[in-house]
Amino acid sequence: MNKLNVVVVGNGMVGHHYVETLANSNVDAKITVIGGETRPAYDRVHLSEVFDGKEPSDLAMTSREHYLELGVDAHFGDFVETIDRVAKKVITQGGQEFSYDKLVLATGSYPFIPPVAGHDQAHCLAYRTIDDLAEIKASAKGKKIGVVVGGGLLGLECANAVKNLGLEAHVVEFAPGLMGVQLDDGGSAMLRRKIEALGVKVHTSKATQLISKGSGHRLKMEFADDTELETDMIVFSAGIRPYDQLARDADLKVGERGGIEIDYQCKTSDENIFAIGECAVLGKFIYGLVAPGYRMAEAAVSQLTEEKKSFTGADMSTKLKLLGVDVGSIGDSKGIAENSRAFVFSDERDDVYKRLNVSADGKKVLGATLVGDCDDYDTILQYYLNDIDLPDNPENLILPAVEGGLPSLGVDALPMTASICSCHNVSKGDIVEAIEGGCKTVADVKGCTSAATGCGGCAALLKNVVDFELSARGIEVNTDLCEHFKHTRKELFTIVQSTQIKTFDELIDKHGDGRGCDICKPTVASIMASLWNEHVLEADLLPLQDTNDTFMANMQKDGTYSVVPRVPAGEILPNQLIALGEVANQYGLYSKITGGQRVDLFGAKMSDLPAIWSTLIDAGFETGHAYAKSLRTVKSCVGSTWCRYGVQDSVGQAIDIENRYKGLRSPHKFKMGVSGCTRECAEAQSKDVGIIATENGWNLYVCGNGGMKPRHADLFATDLDTATLIKYIDRFLMFYVRTADRLQRTSTWFESLEGGLPYLQDVIINDSLGIAAELEAQMTHVVETYQCEWKTAINDQEKLKRFKQFVNSEEQDNNVVFVEERGQVRPANQVEKKRLALKAVS
Amino acid sequence: MTTAICSVDALAKNSGVCALLTINGQQQQVAIYYLPDTEQKVFALGNWDPLGQANVMSRGILGNVGDELVVASPLYKQHFSLISGKCLEDDVSVPVFSIAIEGQNVVLVS
Repeated sequence: MNKLNVVVVGNGMVGHHYVETLANSNVDAKITVIGGETRPAYDRVHLSEVFDGKEPSDLAMTSREHYLELGVDAHFGDFVETIDRVAKKVITQGGQEFSYDKLVLATGSYPFIPPVAGHDQAHCLAYRTIDDLAEIKASAKGKKIGVVVGGGLLGLECANAVKNLGLEAHVVEFAPGLMGVQLDDGGSAMLRRKIEALGVKVHTSKATQLISKGSGHRLKMEFADDTELETDMIVFSAGIRPYDQLARDADLKVGERGGIEIDYQCKTSDENIFAIGECAVLGKFIYGLVAPGYRMAEAAVSQLTEEKKSFTGADMSTKLKLLGVDVGSIGDSKGIAENSRAFVFSDERDDVYKRLNVSADGKKVLGATLVGDCDDYDTILQYYLNDIDLPDNPENLILPAVEGGLPSLGVDALPMTASICSCHNVSKGDIVEAIEGGCKTVADVKGCTSAATGCGGCAALLKNVVDFELSARGIEVNTDLCEHFKHTRKELFTIVQSTQIKTFDELIDKHGDGRGCDICKPTVASIMASLWNEHVLEADLLPLQDTNDTFMANMQKDGTYSVVPRVPAGEILPNQLIALGEVANQYGLYSKITGGQRVDLFGAKMSDLPAIWSTLIDAGFETGHAYAKSLRTVKSCVGSTWCRYGVQDSVGQAIDIENRYKGLRSPHKFKMGVSGCTRECAEAQSKDVGIIATENGWNLYVCGNGGMKPRHADLFATDLDTATLIKYIDRFLMFYVRTADRLQRTSTWFESLEGGLPYLQDVIINDSLGIAAELEAQMTHVVETYQCEWKTAINDQEKLKRFKQFVNSEEQDNNVVFVEERGQVRPANQVEKKRLALKAVS
Repeated sequence: MTTAICSVDALAKNSGVCALLTINGQQQQVAIYYLPDTEQKVFALGNWDPLGQANVMSRGILGNVGDELVVASPLYKQHFSLISGKCLEDDVSVPVFSIAIEGQNVVLVS
């Protein structure tokens, strides 16, 4: 079969894109390209950079050699003069003839030169090609002033070129404002202000009537308002006109105001001729940007393949830097639509102007103007292009970023370049890359990219992106607690709370499946404890507890337990210290001071636990809940009572607080600290709840953590009196208990909160969810129903039933073997056990 | 042949206790689980956790993984089948013993 003969007229950016797309497609075509300029396609968009240190070759998009490699027959510096539609061939000025099966017109456009008298004399130039640049450069040599006619996008780009040549640049615009097509009046004014600050002189509402000889300079422009301006050079950059003469001569249909008419397949009125880029008109619209031109090229190529694409128009939103000024224009940027409602932000200190146009109901973006700061461009564009519903306060989209205050956006809509974490400059693409590199959780991605580890304001967005990308890859993001409950912990909490269910059996019967497991059982036990606060060893609850809760002590590696009585705030009576020592001696326990200012006794046999506790309770101790997911300790410094620097009684405060929250079952353990002054000796800022005394009261910090992933706590509220302090902590803790995941510390919970700190403050301080009273009541219930679990247990034989090593024997576990080290016991290792066993036999 | 171990009252419903038995002349710690709502009602595994290296299996949480009745080791949470003694996560298993309820007693069946 013969190759399809495709001839492309024009080798601008779009024509080149067509050639490259076709050459790389599966179409068996012989491609011929004819370019009027002497050089192959180059990047016209960045033309002015040639005056800013770049060489013309830096702009090249291809080369003759490259075309040769692609098997493309390329001819430059020759214009096609005639299309013979009957013979299906084109004829050039130079007399070359090329036959075609399919002809593609990518002739582009030419600069519009206003028909001003005197426009055709020397030093009146156009700005369109690299060759034009050479002329401008020659004309500017040794001269002082250059005028650009046209205050639109191209005009300002040209003004940049003139300025870069070292001339005093003037912009003369017929309309009242700059970039009147893309920007509203406010944006236009801000742009002018910024450009003038760069030394460019701007003259608007100027209709040039005559260009004559100047006196001090080469030329003089005379305006309709009787003013005049002398200059050494005039560059016209007042818009473009489609280069459609070739098509007119061939009797192809053209638009009323020019342009070769095309349909959605980019076909002209001749079915073998396509037109793409700026020479084409679709409907009444000419798409003078490069991206739509590329889409047309692709659509036109696709007509030669099985997979036919349409070009039905394109979004003309644009973001660019003009003279170093960020300018963005989206959709109906000026709010022309009848029901358009505008939000406008203007900052004349930093010279930023933003306008967001939304529908009357406030739900959709209609358009936007951005000058001086285009950071919001991508987000607004995504809302606009994808018709995404706006958040309640659309103005936040253009207001300066407040920590955690940015509304979130459907992440699938975000482009790969979208910045997710601005602190660490992590884009959506970086996150996707991390996931493709093997990250399977938000934590993995955080570790890999550092995203959300700065201010953390993007944590929610990050989670959404990760979840979305994982599920898009078929990696299931399962938030079910376990196979038995298709709910998150938070949902389960709500279910238990609203149904008032008191037993696991009823809950799994009505809302779950199967018999439960070591994940859901302790979780449900914890939820029920937070809500109903019954004793952990009630018959229904006992089988749900982890072994630590079952035996109200911490299981160690050899199956023995450690015992930690509560020592509120670390304040302890000498007699209690003595009692601890006596118990340790009596039961042969290893003792160690903990990080939480109390004493841990190790090596207790399960069957000794009730007796040990009986003694401890007699000495005035209570259970310390070291075994539970609940409040551990409230660490304190000595405070103003003893310390020379203390400003408040930190010990007294810590004791009160520890006594208030002791026994509160929560998604994970939590720790607190109270420091008596800013020296912070209690390390409160590494705690889930930290309190630091001030001259005027207490500063409250939340969601800190030491341990595996240290996190500095956030300052939540300042100079609180004690009543307010307690109120906030009540609400904070209960809100955490209600909403956190299983085994989620407050620090990671905080990072998962959409809206971050401001949101949390709003919920706790301003009661934005209207649940504060409920949270407080719940806490009051827990506080009022507190019992020392051990005190209750030692008085209840039924609860002590399981504290026996063997149901049928008084013997002890013969695998529990201790040796002595530094004057105390420790578990024997395997070698030591064998040696001891041999000794016993011999 | 059956040997009495303890009374049913000594068991913990939906949980485990431990008994010290002599089986084939060897002293054995046996974890006994009581699931009154199952047909078999009582299950017995060795009390030695081969992964955690301690006698703790009787203190695990009971439940199911798919169709398998399991106990989770209280040390490192691996699941062991109450029927086969096999560990679901690792290539180890614990011995399974045959026990039953006779009247008010739990008995070892040999």
